[in-house]
Amino acid sequence: MNPVTQVPPPPTHVESASIEHPALTTDTAHLLSQWMKTGSILTLHRWLLVIGGLIVASVVVLVVCLEFGATPVEIRTVVGAILSLLQREHIDADGLGTPGVIMVQIRLPRVLMGFLVGASLAGIGVTLQALLRNPLADPYVLGVSSGAALGVSLAMLLGIGTGFALLPTLPLFGFLGGLLSLVLIYRLAQSQGRLPVHSLLLAGVILNAILTALIMFITTIMDPNRSAGLMAWLMGSLTAPSYPALGVFVLYVAVVLAILMHKAQMLNVMTLGEDIARSLGIETEWVKKQLFVLTALLTGAVVSVSGMIGFVGMVIPHVVRMLVGSDHRLLFPASALVGGMFLVVSDTIARTLLAPSEIPVGIVTALAGGPFFLYLLLCRKDRMN
Amino acid sequence: MATSTIELAKSWLCEGRSALQVDDLFFRYRTTSEQARTWALEQVSFQVAAGEILGIVGPNGSGKSSLLKVLARLVSSHRGTILLGGQSLQQLSQHDIAQIVAVVPQEYVQVFPFTVAETVLMGRFPHRTPRFWSIGFGDDTEKDLICAHQAMIETDVLSLADRLMSDLSGGERQRVVIARALAQEPKILLLDEPTAFLDINHQIEICSLISRLRAERRLTVVLVSHDLNVASQYCDRVLMLKEGRLYRIGSPVETIRPDVLRMVYGCEVVVDAHPQTGRPRVTMPVGIGSAE
Repeated sequence: MNPVTQVPPPPTHVESASIEHPALTTDTAHLLSQWMKTGSILTLHRWLLVIGGLIVASVVVLVVCLEFGATPVEIRTVVGAILSLLQREHIDADGLGTPGVIMVQIRLPRVLMGFLVGASLAGIGVTLQALLRNPLADPYVLGVSSGAALGVSLAMLLGIGTGFALLPTLPLFGFLGGLLSLVLIYRLAQSQGRLPVHSLLLAGVILNAILTALIMFITTIMDPNRSAGLMAWLMGSLTAPSYPALGVFVLYVAVVLAILMHKAQMLNVMTLGEDIARSLGIETEWVKKQLFVLTALLTGAVVSVSGMIGFVGMVIPHVVRMLVGSDHRLLFPASALVGGMFLVVSDTIARTLLAPSEIPVGIVTALAGGPFFLYLLLCRKDRMN
Repeated sequence: MATSTIELAKSWLCEGRSALQVDDLFFRYRTTSEQARTWALEQVSFQVAAGEILGIVGPNGSGKSSLLKVLARLVSSHRGTILLGGQSLQQLSQHDIAQIVAVVPQEYVQVFPFTVAETVLMGRFPHRTPRFWSIGFGDDTEKDLICAHQAMIETDVLSLADRLMSDLSGGERQRVVIARALAQEPKILLLDEPTAFLDINHQIEICSLISRLRAERRLTVVLVSHDLNVASQYCDRVLMLKEGRLYRIGSPVETIRPDVLRMVYGCEVVVDAHPQTGRPRVTMPVGIGSAE
């Protein structure tokens, strides 16, 4: 079986092999305006329009939600309180009055925290969906949140970092737990370089069950006084952080979200599958590792401050994708803004529905998102049949 | 360093010298399962001249797709040398390779609803220079739009620009995927089963498109096909793989022969001349149980 190796035939075209492009400059301008109209491609114009609009909407939502709560505070008082706060050199609680104190010390930090948590969850969702090529991916459904929660509960059990003062330790444990479960689920679901949609979800469900059992085990061996707090946190709830803690959180989340957004083009290409991404020049193994670490960092931070808030990461990107298209350069920031708004509204409902007592916000988002998830699953089934 | 490796490779390809040189190639997938211990490709050596269309054929599991993947380094860890434009594949980064080689995969699954224009523009990814302050919004440059536009004209998908990929027919989708590869401005185009799952009219359309592109863009084309007639009619040379080894390489007349096919596929076929081109044409023989 000797292969007959033959000298290849002489090339037919030896002269300059560069491709001459016809001068298309005027045509291109025309084409661009045409594509802009039909929404075929993302243009800077559309990007600014959508993001600008969403920023305005976010500010409105934040201000309106400040008004609601166990103690009603009027919007004028809200604005007045914020303005007077800005005018003062130093913040003193006495000058603000009771509504002002509620506003500045409790409601404002909580609403801001809610916005950041929602934005992060949506950002995690978008990234995971692109990375796993699965529109149903969500940190909560896949067990990444449970992994992070297990890490945080373990830290609490061991007594490392019990409050916001030691913010970095809880997110660190959350990060490690989240990363571990993310890598595990990827390994479990992957077969022959592919990630079948259903095996991914199945692996997530199983992993979630195991991790939840471990968390429950931790709560049972824990001091009963502390385990009640742990349970409330696990269901997903927001609290008013101190301003230094909020500051650290803002910085942390902003940096990770900015890095992820910087990779938006890469996320676009990653959705086409690993072979195509490689053929377009992406070192997929390296990029995957980066994205795993970044999403786990964000999940760890979010879970350590707010517990397990589900479905924001799945529902929001899905809805936003239907509205603005799949290009991650727009999808990512738009989802983050919408996710922030969604969680602030959900938290306002959680705060006010049974006031003066509170419902964990995780229950609100799960009740809103769970049925939506089922609806999507049914739609997919229809399309497959 | 006066000239980078990638520039050397590009100028080599412009001079019309051999585009790909594969020497003593061994490859196997990195898995733990028993059956995968064997080599997917064994001792394969061949050259691809610039501007030629090489067809890779062989029975199922003979390593056709693996060979194509190794050539674009979609899978790594091969043994032996592969020279791309005279430069070792190992010395080029994935990003470098993407500027020279474009791949049209066998199946193209798009999970998210991208439009046709967005999909084609993704082919520009290897040519984008990341700017730090663009926060991911690397605006499409005029060059990107020109290349995408040109590629869409050549593949006749410009009218589909605002449609979603999921709404297209199989033939249209394949043309868009080829347009995406062309927007990459490659020198070498690798296609894995470009006519699989297509009706006869779309098969003809895609095959004549490939021939036209070779002529107009002076592309070097390597295509994998299970269809011996596609390989015979449209390829300058045919490479036959059998169980991961190169069985024969040469013109269609030298390779698409009853005796060779009997050895490679283990079955009898009828080979006659195509009435228009005179190239070998393969048909199924009248066997037991077939209608007469």
